Amino acid sequence: MQFDKPATTNPIDQMKVVGRPIHRIDGELKTTGRAMYAYEWHDPQMPYVYGYPVGAAIAKGHVTAIDTSAAQTSPGVLGIVTTLDVGDLTKGKLNTAKLFGGSEVQHYHQAIAVVVAETFEQARAAASLLKIDYVAEPGVFDLKQAMINAVKPDEASEPDTAIGDFDNAFKNAAVTVDETYTTPDQSHSMMEPHASIAAWDGEDLTVWTSSQMIDWWRTDLAITLGIDKQKVHLMSPFIGGGFGGKLFLRADAVLAAFAAKSVGRPVKVALPRPMIPNNTTHRPATIQRIRIGAGQDGKISAIGHESWSGDLPGGGPETAVMQTRLLYAGSNRMTAMRLATLDLPEGNAMRAPGEAPGLMALEIAIDEMAEKLGMDPIEFRILNDTQVDPENPERPFSYRDLSGCLKLGAERFGWAERGRPATRQQDGWLIGMGVAAAFRNNLVMPSGARVRLGPDGIVTVETDMTDIGTGSYTIIAQTAAEMMGVGIDKVAVQLGDSRFPVSAGSGGQFGANSATSGVYAACVKLREAVAAKLGFNSVDVIFEEGGVRSGNRFVSLAEAAGPDGVVGEDTMEWGDLTNTHQQSTFGGHFVEVAVDIATGETRIRRMLAVCAAGRILNPITARSQVIGAMTMGAGGALSEELAVDTRLGFFVNHDLASYEVPVHADIPHQEVIFMDELDPYSSPMKAKGIGELGLCGVSAAIANAIYNATGVRLRHYPMTLDKLIGYLPEVA
Amino acid sequence: MRAFTYERASSVEAAAKAAASNRDAKFIAGGTNLLDLMKLEIETPTHLIDVNGLGLDRIEKTPEGGLRIGALVRNTDLAAHDAIRKDYSLLTRALVAGASGQLRNKATTAGNLLQRTRCPYFYDPNQPCNKRRPGSGCSAIGGITRQLAVVGTSKDCLATHPSDMAVAMRVLDAVVETVRSDGSSRSIPIAEFYRLPADTPHIETELEAGEFITAVVLPAPIGGKHIYRKVRDRASYAFALVSIGAVIQEDGAGRVAVGGVAHKPWRMEAADMELANGAHAVSAALMADARPTEQNRFKIDLVRRTLGAVLNQARS
Repeated sequence: MQFDKPATTNPIDQMKVVGRPIHRIDGELKTTGRAMYAYEWHDPQMPYVYGYPVGAAIAKGHVTAIDTSAAQTSPGVLGIVTTLDVGDLTKGKLNTAKLFGGSEVQHYHQAIAVVVAETFEQARAAASLLKIDYVAEPGVFDLKQAMINAVKPDEASEPDTAIGDFDNAFKNAAVTVDETYTTPDQSHSMMEPHASIAAWDGEDLTVWTSSQMIDWWRTDLAITLGIDKQKVHLMSPFIGGGFGGKLFLRADAVLAAFAAKSVGRPVKVALPRPMIPNNTTHRPATIQRIRIGAGQDGKISAIGHESWSGDLPGGGPETAVMQTRLLYAGSNRMTAMRLATLDLPEGNAMRAPGEAPGLMALEIAIDEMAEKLGMDPIEFRILNDTQVDPENPERPFSYRDLSGCLKLGAERFGWAERGRPATRQQDGWLIGMGVAAAFRNNLVMPSGARVRLGPDGIVTVETDMTDIGTGSYTIIAQTAAEMMGVGIDKVAVQLGDSRFPVSAGSGGQFGANSATSGVYAACVKLREAVAAKLGFNSVDVIFEEGGVRSGNRFVSLAEAAGPDGVVGEDTMEWGDLTNTHQQSTFGGHFVEVAVDIATGETRIRRMLAVCAAGRILNPITARSQVIGAMTMGAGGALSEELAVDTRLGFFVNHDLASYEVPVHADIPHQEVIFMDELDPYSSPMKAKGIGELGLCGVSAAIANAIYNATGVRLRHYPMTLDKLIGYLPEVA
Repeated sequence: MRAFTYERASSVEAAAKAAASNRDAKFIAGGTNLLDLMKLEIETPTHLIDVNGLGLDRIEKTPEGGLRIGALVRNTDLAAHDAIRKDYSLLTRALVAGASGQLRNKATTAGNLLQRTRCPYFYDPNQPCNKRRPGSGCSAIGGITRQLAVVGTSKDCLATHPSDMAVAMRVLDAVVETVRSDGSSRSIPIAEFYRLPADTPHIETELEAGEFITAVVLPAPIGGKHIYRKVRDRASYAFALVSIGAVIQEDGAGRVAVGGVAHKPWRMEAADMELANGAHAVSAALMADARPTEQNRFKIDLVRRTLGAVLNQARS
């Protein structure tokens, strides 16, 4: 099905199942431990053995020799595959750094060997017995130093935009802000480590893994192994979090495949937690300069955003300026991205790539500008709101109610009680409130599904879509139930299997809207097939109450299915509505913080997110996405930073004890409000993405709240106490 | 993790003797730190002597009016003990500020005293570390040092001792009771128990090879207000950037020890004498010889400011 005209009324609008607060249909499996994650697959007939990965101990250079003799004779060892053994491999299309193979070391903890043994413990013990010789080479690890050598990236990534005369308008503006902000490297730190089991059957390879994007992995695994993609079967039905860290093929799958081939048995490989931050991808650090000029009336006349980030050769920039092209009005504008070459591990997508770090900077700058103008920051944002793409005013937003989000949030949060900076104190705490706009583009991806109607009347959906904890199982079941006129208990959902139609996968907050649209398309096909089989006119049939009605005829679905059942399969493809209309999601984040006047510790007291993202397919799973994202934003604001040792070239705090994500005690109270809206331009579901919107702007709202509490403006994340205490009043 | 053999010790003396006869043996109690370090091959004992069954899990009154805490008393039980909460609440406060409920259920009193540093370079076996491989060098110096020590450091080590409990023990002048491999016992005041890194950072305490901690003895209660203030980037489950343990009497006199700044709980009796002159004077005395890095210089201010808040709390 091609979606190229705004949606009109369709069966989803019935909202009998879609939009209802239905608990996760896979919840019972998860809470009872029966949901099988990648490493946990256990078939008693399969003679599993264990591979333990070894990462490079240098940041850049070459492996010159690997002496495996001691490891070979270690108890239980079945085989060792080294990067020198396999030689150079073709890199996956979507990988920047190579995952394995050849002598070159591009980054710290790059996989250079896998040791296979009968037990996990034996493999781990033997892995440390490898004697590895390196020739290290100097590398570039410090973004601040490398930024002078940064270059304009590939034009395909649209690094620069310029509208009007920014320089002149900024120079002549009555009020200006010109500040530099920095965001650090961040780690996805998902709960489930990257893990794979590989099993060969002749030339056929089956891999149980933890992947957000089944077809991307399957394609790149086949390329890396140099085999036909059709020979690769991938399974990833349950995923313990991804956040972008499992978008692209990772080393565990490659090592498991080589190891399994080498020992002739199925091999399990998980990346040990201390290896994950340097072996896999991360959100790259940014240095961002923002300039805003406005008249005394508060109207923005000039807005400029430049961002510097680094990556390995062949990588791309962190697209931190993207939201600035769309978020606020102003006729003179410029954005620019520059990319430095760094020899750190590969930088790549992490939840809301671009907008998350971009808004961390932009939404502080907006707060600073409002402060300079003597305006309330909400009023300033509303004054500069726009209904059209500010770079191309011919192009409207499909639906945009940023102002509505901010107004409703202000009312619910008690924004009116916010005082001037550093004026509220309570029991040794400085109290402050902050706000930021939330903004994230709504992306759509082609997405396929197959829907089977069985002789028992059960509707089974098959798609390679993934559920990374987001609720895909549930919203897909709701979609199929609504389309086929059955209760959700009559729908079964099978995900994450490469034998199923290729879906959007999970990423870029495109998963929910795209994948349910694919299911919608397949259900349309199934409805047509059922109607045709019954000899009904497909235009006037109604699917309801477990059956098909046409005029005064009613046939149950089980009966309609017959002994052989009926199948519908289709892929949702997208026309140019995303070009004619800018599709984005909006919101407002409100935060109240308390800063300890003595120690400078910031503790969050309350958080509110108001989100506008089209139809909310399931308020429970959507809320869960948003509160998780708000939590990630709290970590980004206050504690998360991959600390770069710029001499040695690696992230030093590479475990969960030292890379501090928020704990329960950091997150006291979170509230989420969804705006009641439909966006017919987005899809037949009239829904948009929500999973990343919840993160966008949170950290800046916290930074702005710290300013309101203390009167100290911090521009460098994370906003730890050491950056604050020098400016706080002396303790008596 | 290297392969190891395992035995359950039948008596304290047997445990000490077994340890002395095997240079590569380690005692294991809760294992909350040792097992993690073994998995990373930072600790590589070839033999483990399990001391959990030795009956050292009781808290008893001493004739002097104090308490003898068995080496195997779990952190949770110690923190919850009535007499501890009543007379040594500093200890309870310090204990519950550390780790998580699950870890405290397993971790023991002696094990807590002996936990190893959390320096990130100590934790990365690829990097030189004088604690992990004596003589290999210190990769923390010149690297990421925000969490590391500011006082009592050496050219060979910037590590801190991570224990909260030990800070409280230092304030309370606890005494560590041990049995040596020859069967003799001795008492080591906590003030003398820990060493500074100097040029042997791998030697962290005064314990001899095989010497086994049997108990930690608290002297008779000293009254006063007991305060433990732990400062950290997140609200729970993080090691201290700085912590202050204090017992402050009605007249303002008292004792102060600082965690997160040195290779051991940092207390100076001379600094205690400055309490009458306020937080600035005390912290100036405590930090007089500090040699911070650019990244951890803030800890000097943080000690002063946190101590100021602690003294305010004591007065209120």
